[in-house]
This record gives sequence, C-alpha cells and structure tokens, in this order.
Amino acid sequence: MQAAKLGAETSPREREGAAQEAAPVISIREVSKVFGQGVAAFTALDRVQIDIGQNEFFTLLGPSGCGKTTLLRLIAGFDYPTMGEIRLFGQDIARQPPFKRPINTVFQNYALFPHMTVGQNVGFGLEMLGRPKAEIAGRVDEMLRLVRMEALKDRRTSEISGGQQQRVALARALAPQPKVLLLDEPLSALDYKLRKEMQIELKRLQHETGITFIFVTHDQEEALTMSDRIAVMSGGRVLQIGSAHDIYERPTERFVANFIGETNFLEGQVQGGGSVALDAGSVVPALPPEGFAPSGRVTVVIRPEHARLVPSGTAGSLAGTVSNAVYFGTDTHYHVTLGDGSEFMVRQQNSRASASHEIGAPVGVAIDEGAARMLRD
Amino acid sequence: MAKRRAPLDIKVLPGFASMAVICLLVLYVPILVLMLFSFNSGNIVTHWEGISLHWYGVALQNDEFFSAAENTMIIAVSATVIATSVATLAALGMTRVKPWKGLTAAFMVLNLPLMVPEIVTAVATLSFFALIAGKLGLNFGIGNLIIAHTVFCIPFAYMPIKARLEDMDTTLDHAAADLYAPPWKTFRRITLPLLAPGIMSGAALSFIVSFDDFTITQLVAGPGQTTLPLYIWNQIRRPMTPEINAISTILLMVSIVLVAVSFLVTLKKRR
Ligand SMILES: Nc1ncnc2c1ncn2[C@@H]1O[C@H](COP(=O)(O)OP(=O)(O)OP(=O)(O)O)[C@@H](O)[C@H]1O
Ligand SMILES: [Mg+2]
Repeated sequence: MQAAKLGAETSPREREGAAQEAAPVISIREVSKVFGQGVAAFTALDRVQIDIGQNEFFTLLGPSGCGKTTLLRLIAGFDYPTMGEIRLFGQDIARQPPFKRPINTVFQNYALFPHMTVGQNVGFGLEMLGRPKAEIAGRVDEMLRLVRMEALKDRRTSEISGGQQQRVALARALAPQPKVLLLDEPLSALDYKLRKEMQIELKRLQHETGITFIFVTHDQEEALTMSDRIAVMSGGRVLQIGSAHDIYERPTERFVANFIGETNFLEGQVQGGGSVALDAGSVVPALPPEGFAPSGRVTVVIRPEHARLVPSGTAGSLAGTVSNAVYFGTDTHYHVTLGDGSEFMVRQQNSRASASHEIGAPVGVAIDEGAARMLRD
Repeated sequence: MAKRRAPLDIKVLPGFASMAVICLLVLYVPILVLMLFSFNSGNIVTHWEGISLHWYGVALQNDEFFSAAENTMIIAVSATVIATSVATLAALGMTRVKPWKGLTAAFMVLNLPLMVPEIVTAVATLSFFALIAGKLGLNFGIGNLIIAHTVFCIPFAYMPIKARLEDMDTTLDHAAADLYAPPWKTFRRITLPLLAPGIMSGAALSFIVSFDDFTITQLVAGPGQTTLPLYIWNQIRRPMTPEINAISTILLMVSIVLVAVSFLVTLKKRR
C-alpha cells in the first residue's frame, strides 16, 4: 500500500501535468458568471482558474448546482462570462459565438437531430464547415466505425437505443476533429452496466483521437477512474485541481476530503516540526497542503484505510472504544469513539490473521506513517 | 404510496353507448342525407326519385359556381399563405427570444380574434374598409377579402405552430450552433424542418376556416366577389335543386381531402 503510494508520487501522469502548464489548450482565467441583477444576483461561478493541456482527460466534479454545466456552457459559447477570459491556445474566445469555436459538445440528452439519419447527424458538423461531400462521407464512416455503429448508419435516431444514441452523439461531436470535446454528464442516463462499458469506451476514444476531453460528472467514482486530472467544485468555486491520486490522498479542504470517499477528520493543535497534537490524545506527523503554513488549530484528515486497530495502550496510538463494526465481506469497518468523543472509522481487510474486535472493547488506533494531512480550512 | 387506481373504462358507464350514438347521429345524419340527395335524379331536394350523377354534371357546367370556386380558392390560398407566414414569424418571435415586456399582451392581441363574435369582426371590418374607401379612395377589390380573411386566419395558424415550437427541444439549436451552423442555417436545417408539421396543420386550419367563411365574407364582399359559401346561400333562397347538394358535397370532399393530407403529412413527419 505504502509502496504503491510512493510510486504514484512521480507517476507519468504528474510529469504530464508539468508539460500541461507549459502549453495549455484551454485556459480559464478568473472567470465569473453572475445570473440576474441587484438583489436577485446569483454568482454561479466565482473567479474560476483552470488550465487544461493537450490530450488531457479533465473532469469537473462537484455536487448538483455547483456550476459545472455553467462552466461548460461558457466554454462552448452558449453563454458568456460576466468577467474573465477563456483562452484557446492563448487567444481569448470568451465572446465568440459557439459556431466559431473549434469545440464540440456531447449533450446530456444527446440532442440528436430527430429528422436526420445517424449518418446525417454525424456528418452535420463537417457539412456546416463546407467540407467536400466525399470527405464527409469518408469521415462519417470512419467515425461510425470508431464508435462501432457502422451498421446503423441509415437508421433514424429515434430507432436506436439509448446507448447507441450516446455513441452517435459522441461520433457527431468528434467528426469535425475539435480541439476540445465537452461532455456534460454523458453517462448519467445509462444503466450501470452500460455506463461501465461506456467509461472504458470514452477512455479509448480519448486515447485514439488525442483530443482534450472536459468531462462533467457528479459521480466521484467515475471521476477517479477516468480522469487524468480532476477539478473539484463547490458553490461556483474550484477548490482543488489534481490527479485522482492527489485529490484522494492529499485533499486540501474539508469539502474535497468529504466529497470523495470516506474519511476521518480530527481536530488538533499545530506543533513545530510538522506535527499536530490531536485532541484525541496523541501527536502525529502531518503534512500541510502546498503553499500553506498552518498555525494554531487545524483539522487533520486520515483515510479509513490508513489506520489500523492495535491493542489498547500501544505506544503512539489513539485510545478509544469500538462503537460499531460493519462487515463488508472483503473488509470490516470499525467505528471507534476516541477520547475526545470524536468518531473514527478504520477500514480493516478481512484475513484469517486479522483479529475481530467486540463492540465496547478498548482498542488503540494506529495511524500509518505519512497518512495524516492538514487541511486548509 | 397510495394505491394506484385502475384507469376508468368510459365504455362501461351507464348511458355511454346511447349518448355516443345520439351524438354521432346528430352530427353525421344530416351530412349523409345531403350527400345522398346529391345523387338524386329528380329535381326536388327532399323527394328521392332515383340514382344519377346528373346534378354533378349541372354543377360542373355552372359558370357561377366556377367563378365562385375560383374566388374562394384565390382568397383561401392567399389568406393561408400570408396568415401562416405571419403566424410562423409571430410564434418564433414569442418563443425563441428572451422574454420581453408586453409578451403576454402580444399573445392576447394575437388570439383575441378567436374570442370576438364573428359578426362583430365582420361589422368592424366592413366599417374599416368603408372608411378607407371613403377617406382615402382605396379599394383593393378582392384584396379586401384577402386582408379580412388573413386577419381571422392568423390565430388559427398560430396555435399549432406555437404548440409545436414549445414542444421542440432548444438544445437542438445549441447542438447545431455547436456544430458550426450559424443562426440562419440552424433555422433552415433544424428549426424549420422540425416545425414543418406544425406549419402544415396551421395552414390546413387556415385554409378550411377561410374556405367556408360566411359572415365576414358576406359583409365585406363587393359585387362579383361571390365565394362558394355565398353562392350556396344565394341558391337556397330560390327553389332548391339537388345541384346544391352536389356542390356542397364537392366542398365537403375538398375539406376532407385537405384535412386528410395534412394529417398524413403530420403523421409522417412525427415518426
Ligand atoms: N440561466 C440561469 N439563471 C439563473 N441561475 C442559473 C441559470 N443557470 C444556472 N443557474 C444557477 O447556477 C447554479 C449552477 O448551475 P449549473 O447548472 O451549472 O449546476 P451543475 O453543477 O451543472 O449541477 P447539476 O449537477 O445538477 O447539473 C445553480 O444554482 C443554478 O440554479
Ligand atoms: Mg449540470
């Protein structure tokens, strides 16, 4: 576990991340969007700052109403920002109409043209760009092959299934070879199995086309498994941008830690030398987020899989009593009430060797080396 | 939650069958009788003598009938084309734009003619044309009738077009713009084709309404501007022959064919 984590510290993905900063495809600079005026004014996006690189699978993740769709609409050009710039290869396009932007969208409800066949839908973009007929025909076939829909080229869009419509929408958006592809929760209408299939399919398409994908979801699992980088949003602000690993292992804010996976928060007092004296009774080494020098009271975050139950009284462990144990087959979640009354969850792998703990039993909670991190709030 | 009630089967309600039969009889028996007597070989409308197409022959050789039919077609086609175009623009202007001040008022104004008693509109229109003829010396001849018909056709054309527009998914417009279609191309390639069934229904309705309008036409029509309904009205004030039945049947057939065609077109587009 530890080894895997250390390995990921210098994963190729993060080295890619450095390259992205050099030449972003899309650069969102201090973008704000305010709906309405006066007392009815509502800030849907608040000084959003994102750089997205060549060939990147970038995800906007956040709860309903946090502004994901609004941001996507600004990038597509269906709406204009109140303030700020949207740069495509360094050029501000924030005020260009959508039909002048080399950016295409896969809509949540697919928005296929019902009076056209599958093939006509896929060819529409190229037709509008005035490409020669032969080129369009070739490209349509190529795109339909890419999404494995060649057999249904002459069907009407009302005569194909939801998953197939999804593929057509993808092919249609990819056909004009946009610089950036926007996808607004494209999988949310599909059932579980199909969704898993399409997740793999999307990754494959992104890899094969080399187009920058900006993907919107409120499903954290989907975000973690598919993305090169994720921006976690809340209330119109971007809270943290990083790889799935970064976001999961090194959340900088309480919201991020809470939104993604299960987690423990412990309060404490910062001490010198990068350690925190927890209210629950022990001193643990904890790293602060980058560019943040904490002092006084802080919150420390520890993932449930980065702690172990040890015999009560073990040196350096937090003393507590087991308040609940939930069996999940491969692992068991122990809820421990610590000395200061806070709840702590430990996820323990079930193996023949691991001891089970009775409810009410006194135990110690040992935190893995380097697993505790200070939060910015 | 609450138990879902089985949908009520209207056919089991007491009296449903007899009510339905009475309604159908009242609606259709007179029309059937009228059609039947158009094939009467005798020359009295109410006395059956034998089957023949005689009166159709008479009708088709009647110059007055043809001139009335010609007037009717000129007026109905012109009024339909103008009213449908205006209604399409109005519907677009009232659904595909940012809500503007006076939108509700505009909607009211557009649909008011449906609520005003036709005889009131007729008198008003007549006075209007009399006024501009008297003060400005303007008389558009059959144009007067076309203008009058256009006006009362607009709300009939507007309704189905607006309904269709409101049903339409606006993300389709966004999708087209996203795929490099400038606004007018989006309109021509996406909005208009999808709106076509609504426009067809609107046009069919306008045509029928104009085709058989009596009250307004009667008041506004000048000499030599007899339309089919006016012609029939004039005929039945004289001793009636089954020629009238034949003419009415022809009229009915034209209506039925039109409605059927527009229905089929709509059905095909919907698919
Ligand atoms: N045209 C508008 N006028 C006023 N407020 C708007 C408008 N569009 C969006 N909002 C508000 O902006 C906020 C962000 O909306 P947005 O659609 O971007 O959320 P989202 O993150 O996409 O949510 P979801 O996951 O539910 O799709 C919401 O509170 C919404 O009510
Ligand atoms: Mg959304």
